[in-house]
Amino acid sequence: MKSFAFFEPTTLAEASRLFAEEHAQLLAGGTDLVIGMKAYTETPQSVISLQKIPGLAGITTDGDSITIGAMTKVREVELSGDIQQHHTALAEGASEIGSIQIRNLATLGGNIAHASPAADTVAGLLVADAQVDIASADGERSVPINELFTGPGQTVLAPGEIITRFRLPSPASGSHYIKHKIREVMDLAFIGVAAAVNLDNGTITDARIGLAAVAPTPIRATAAENLLKGNEPTPELIEQAGEAAAAGCSPISDLRCSAEHRTEMVNVLTKRTVQNALARARE
Amino acid sequence: MAKHPVTLTVNGDEHDLLIEPRKTLLAVLRDTIGLTGTKEGCSTGDCGACTVIVDGKAVTSCMVLGVTASGKEITTIEGLASDGELHPVQQAFIDTGGYQCGFCTPGFIMASKALIDENPDRTEEEFRHALGGNICRCTGYTKILEAVLQAAEEIRTTVK
Repeated sequence: MKSFAFFEPTTLAEASRLFAEEHAQLLAGGTDLVIGMKAYTETPQSVISLQKIPGLAGITTDGDSITIGAMTKVREVELSGDIQQHHTALAEGASEIGSIQIRNLATLGGNIAHASPAADTVAGLLVADAQVDIASADGERSVPINELFTGPGQTVLAPGEIITRFRLPSPASGSHYIKHKIREVMDLAFIGVAAAVNLDNGTITDARIGLAAVAPTPIRATAAENLLKGNEPTPELIEQAGEAAAAGCSPISDLRCSAEHRTEMVNVLTKRTVQNALARARE
Repeated sequence: MAKHPVTLTVNGDEHDLLIEPRKTLLAVLRDTIGLTGTKEGCSTGDCGACTVIVDGKAVTSCMVLGVTASGKEITTIEGLASDGELHPVQQAFIDTGGYQCGFCTPGFIMASKALIDENPDRTEEEFRHALGGNICRCTGYTKILEAVLQAAEEIRTTVK
């Protein structure tokens, strides 16, 4: 690992100022950055830890809405009763990351800011319609999670901008996440699919589908969502939604699997997550 | 680069150290403090050999910068036995033969201890899944799982 200057600011303003400098990296849980620095794929001149800034970690519930601090460990997201109940797909996604040892270190903010198209928490945040709060020395702003990513490892975050929290508005009545993978644990997603639905008297009043690792950024399957919304969930409709989701993605072929396989599995797993989200909504 | 003053509480002992920020907690434990029971396997967080317990949570110490562990309570494999008595998890690994070459054993024992502390009532399947972050290159998993179940049973009955 190359040497670097280490900072532990205690305010967001100070952290933002340090992070705006060139060759600076933020340290949250460290599970990506420390490994990257050991491999010399990350060679920051300064590393700014967020661990000493108060108020960045924790899950708070206010009526229907839930706020998750960016420094909250993904293990805490996975085990939170409120998240499990109201944003099941997000809790399931968090539980799919690495091992327990890694989830005790990794943070929700780090999993998202790293901007991997395959991040396990991203599909759950997409279907929760999460708002991402961002702070910098210039003040605060907020962007919807589906407008955060611009490419693999790329976001709309400007130099010095730091994700502070995720705000989840009122929950869907049922949601579900499926990670397509080979190993039970310690694997990266071939693809990740989440669905969240609201049901009213047998009609789907709202549907959200989030897809990971099927495009340069995580995406919503809006064509499939529009097919479902306002209709009764018949097998034919769910079949069409799966096909629409597959038609809307643009995966790559890589060492892990082919683009064709990913596309076919988007179809299969969209249908499955929608059915499972519907089953949960009926409970 | 400048060294940073840190205070690590390891197995109850306070260590005031000056360390380089680029040193991982694993390197500080092994090379600076001299506690070599914690092992370095893959060094990328995949194998679990470097598992230690920080503030009650099992973590892979190869992914933690030592400077960020300042002020925290760290337990390593050397800190489990007390008054010459092995911890029930350690004893169970011996009783069942839950080790072969022994390299993964400290990591498995620390991960198992944290799991049992959190919830000793896990099923065999749940323990198997929860230990997915630890790899035994000798593939001695059956005996390791026996050890964990035996230790969980013992701790469960002692507590009750």
